[in-house]
Amino acid sequence: MSNAVTPKADTGHYDYWAYRNRPKIRWPNGARLAFWVAPNIEFYELNPPANPARAAWPHPAPAVPGYSIRDYGNRVGHMRQMKLLDKYGIRGSISLSTALCTHHPEIIEMCRERDWEFFSHGIYNTRYTYGMSEAQERAMIRESMEIIEKHTGRAPAGYLAPALSHSERTLDLFAELGGTYTCDLFHDDQPTPLRVAGGQRFVSVPYSLELNDTIAYVVNKIEPRRYGQMIKDCFDRLYTEGAESGTVMCIPTHNYQVSCPHRLKAFEEVLAYITDHSDVWVTTGREIAEHYLAHHHDEAVADIATKNGGR
Amino acid sequence: MALDQANLDYPMRRYGMDHDRYDWNMLTDQPPVQWPGGKPLAVWVNVSLQHFPMNPSAKIKLPGSMTMPHPDLRHYTLRDYGNRVGLYRFLDAFDRYGICPSFSINAELVQRYPALMDAVRARGDEVLGHSWSMDTPHHGGLDIEVERATVQRSLASLREASGQAVRGWLSPGKLQSANTPELLKAEGIEYFADWVNDELPYRFHTALGDVWNLPLATEIEDRFVVMDNLHSEASWAEQVVDAFELLLAEAREAGAGRLLTLSLHPWVMGQPHRIHHLEAVLAHIAASREVWQAAPGQILDAFTAQQVTA
Repeated sequence: MSNAVTPKADTGHYDYWAYRNRPKIRWPNGARLAFWVAPNIEFYELNPPANPARAAWPHPAPAVPGYSIRDYGNRVGHMRQMKLLDKYGIRGSISLSTALCTHHPEIIEMCRERDWEFFSHGIYNTRYTYGMSEAQERAMIRESMEIIEKHTGRAPAGYLAPALSHSERTLDLFAELGGTYTCDLFHDDQPTPLRVAGGQRFVSVPYSLELNDTIAYVVNKIEPRRYGQMIKDCFDRLYTEGAESGTVMCIPTHNYQVSCPHRLKAFEEVLAYITDHSDVWVTTGREIAEHYLAHHHDEAVADIATKNGGR
Repeated sequence: MALDQANLDYPMRRYGMDHDRYDWNMLTDQPPVQWPGGKPLAVWVNVSLQHFPMNPSAKIKLPGSMTMPHPDLRHYTLRDYGNRVGLYRFLDAFDRYGICPSFSINAELVQRYPALMDAVRARGDEVLGHSWSMDTPHHGGLDIEVERATVQRSLASLREASGQAVRGWLSPGKLQSANTPELLKAEGIEYFADWVNDELPYRFHTALGDVWNLPLATEIEDRFVVMDNLHSEASWAEQVVDAFELLLAEAREAGAGRLLTLSLHPWVMGQPHRIHHLEAVLAHIAASREVWQAAPGQILDAFTAQQVTA
């Protein structure tokens, strides 16, 4: 008897569904596009235990360069981004390293006062899901959800796995524990129903890897003004397409990237541009998921089944 | 399959930081600092003078180090270019725009290039320790006696050659070992610039008493932007000006001084096709009447004079 598990060839969470002739998505007040900003508010540990599959830092401890710029996000960057979101009437949907509730409760309190959404991003962004047993991962996700409920008064609806580290069970477990949406999949510009092991009604809300500031600045090494142009171009296209059926656009941010003084101007210009449009629903991840579940989810499931031969 | 339980234990989950090196404090919670002359924005320009040995032996390679099989003539000489040519373009530009930079210097250059050291000393600008060379990274796991000897001989050499006390330190690659803060404090260093987690100085705890961390930003550094991110020179200059304007506006609005730090390398911006972008940045800084452009020691003194002693 072997315990070896054959890796799945696809996620198994969704069926193919072409981006045309879908049932029309209608956002509140006839908005074409649901726009949300997802600040990742994270805590990285200076000396985390080693995960067998992924090193937290490129340098032996203490990894001063990597640790200190991330700490900058909490010490300096957070206030800058929060002020900007206030200015343009945007409530952040926080992807939260939930240990931050203990380390930096002041930040949690300020976001709570603003009625921002908190969703789970694990405990620390230096703890990876890789190698966890099902029981360990379930316990970790449950703990993260309980922390959010305890510190903010409301259980989270959404999940983004810590440091985007997953198991094949991640979404099943989150749905089982009462979550309703995930940010972990990048397969669409509209919400889509997801199939999970427990059969719960569960959706993917488009986040974005391409517009994620850390991916843009650190991985793709994009210049700040070009980052602004990319966001604007993305908005223009999704806004146009949203006239036919509602689209979703998310800007995922990190206070240690977008809030650096040489980058904030480009970000502010696009926030001003986007919020200057009247038929844009400036909202949160949870509200998008709730609206979709209430009005479009079941119709989408039926449409997908029909187009896949009644499957 | 399961992870070791240590991966799900969180012994340092507590209020504040997950270590004891400094206290948790947001920039906006600091008492407003006022710079001399009521200027809203202080600007620190630091030039790193570096020696990259052609035969590196350290376990960790710093950015800019040799990458080709020995002898890596191309990279050795391209870095050396900065000390021979690029630096003098920098000095002319500083004089033209009235900029007083500081110099963080690999101490091996004191021996190798006395004329370079003379040129720096003649200006009277502040000198910071920058270890022995770009092949002496102060990385985690480094033997403490090896590191102590590197710190001691670097500072002794630089102090003698510069005639200055040498109060400040910048670690190559901004790496520190667990011992670096104590070793620097023991040798009379008052501040280092390695931890880039703030925009103003803060107290850093060592077993021998506090030192100051005065962060020198990496994200806007010439080498990082141009060599690592491969952004154009023009974009680098634009980013610096954007940072300058944002910090200046924030300082005015908050009634609290802000600090822009600019880390420069003559082997990067001293190239003939790049120097005019640096000149444009310096011209922008020089044209403002709201700037206090100063050496890091002066900035730290102005800052600490306003701190309430606990």
